[in-house]
Amino acid sequence: MLGEQNMEPTLANGPVIEFRDVAYVLPSRQSLLSGLNLQVQRGETLILLGRSGSGKTTTLKLINRLLTPSGGEVRVNGSSTTQSDVIRLRRSIGYVIQDVGLFPHYTVERNIGLVPRIEGWTAERIHLRVVELLQTVGLDATIASRYPHQLSGGQRQRVGVARALAADPAILLMDEPFGALDALTRDQLQREFLSLQQRLNKTVVFVTHDLREALRLGSRIALMDAGRLITVLSPQDFLRSKDPLAAAYVKAFGDGLESVANRGAS
Amino acid sequence: MNLLHFLWQNHDQVLELTLEHLWLVGISTLLAVLVGIPLGIVSARWPAWNKPVLGTANIIQTIPSLALFGFLLPVPWLGDRADRLAILALTLYALLPVIRNTYTGIRGVDPAVVEAGRGMGLTDRQLLLQVELPLAFSVILSGVRVAVVVSVGLATIAAAIGAGGLGEFIFRGLAMVNNQLILAGAIPAAVLALSADFGLGWLEKRSRPR
Repeated sequence: MLGEQNMEPTLANGPVIEFRDVAYVLPSRQSLLSGLNLQVQRGETLILLGRSGSGKTTTLKLINRLLTPSGGEVRVNGSSTTQSDVIRLRRSIGYVIQDVGLFPHYTVERNIGLVPRIEGWTAERIHLRVVELLQTVGLDATIASRYPHQLSGGQRQRVGVARALAADPAILLMDEPFGALDALTRDQLQREFLSLQQRLNKTVVFVTHDLREALRLGSRIALMDAGRLITVLSPQDFLRSKDPLAAAYVKAFGDGLESVANRGAS
Repeated sequence: MNLLHFLWQNHDQVLELTLEHLWLVGISTLLAVLVGIPLGIVSARWPAWNKPVLGTANIIQTIPSLALFGFLLPVPWLGDRADRLAILALTLYALLPVIRNTYTGIRGVDPAVVEAGRGMGLTDRQLLLQVELPLAFSVILSGVRVAVVVSVGLATIAAAIGAGGLGEFIFRGLAMVNNQLILAGAIPAAVLALSADFGLGWLEKRSRPR
């Protein structure tokens, strides 16, 4: 399911996320994104790959309307983001960022339970959900009463993921979530992400500049450069691509990529 | 020793003037907090407000206190009672540290925390009340602390327009060239300022986010 290679929209009910000729221009008239057309299918992990300033984070933030498109439209579950209630939209989408952004004055439990609490869940239901989520992300339940500053980088990022999953959103946006972690922790979290994704089957949009990570985690890779979408390819096709930028990436990351590509796409 | 003797003999009056002093400082600080924190929030949220708000508060700060009391004297209602006038003037002086620290405190919240909160679907109000203000609290409190300490000192001048407070002793002492009287006003005022500084400083330290 995850590793499907056809580029056509699956039947279900059309794409979960759709960019239609989207542009984003800063108030200073600098264009960050233009002519973006892209569809994300239910249950896939779409990677946005590119270097800094290529527009991948901008693209991600357009989905939960942290940014509003200057042109074109972004559709989530069939309706344009500018026409939906932005708060409802964001609560239906999990959001994980590199710096995690845990609330330093809240315990782990309150951090994870914040959206459920705002949504009016009962205390008991929230508590059960927190325990369940801590287990899901591989953390000990005793950690619930700790504060973010008492956690390691890897633990913090796991809590970040648990928090994003709290209200069980169908869509997960991840902006270089493992970028600030050491190599071993990153490897472990990537592995856990794959097994988690097999169980939960979320629609994931994942930003990274690391080709290895892209090949390993993605069902498809959207290559971006200077505010434009260059191409969208499956991991295997990416390695064989004749596109100069894709080829440059493959060259830069060197040998051994074949074995990485889509190991998790079974 | 003479001073202690004097304070003891006049303890009724010392107590009364101290309470008056506390009242002037307390009410004006309360007003400054009620006005200053919202203004600080506004200027942190909408950058266009930042310059006019902080600029005005800054300019007020540069007006000499005696001159400000003088300016306000002819204002109807206000000028009727000296303590109203003194409270208004003290409030105006206390505004700057409160506004500035509210602004700095909110702006100083880790951008990643704010972005995560927004991305999770917190409304502006929820973000402010649950995240930004709690995290800015200790910085805001340190602004209030500065405001209180400055007010305790400034409030002695309020006696010049007949608003009472420990300044009474000081001005009387100046008129009579009596050092003991001056000290009888100045020392309790200094004690007030130091204890306010210490007490609020302790609170501030306790409330600092980890």
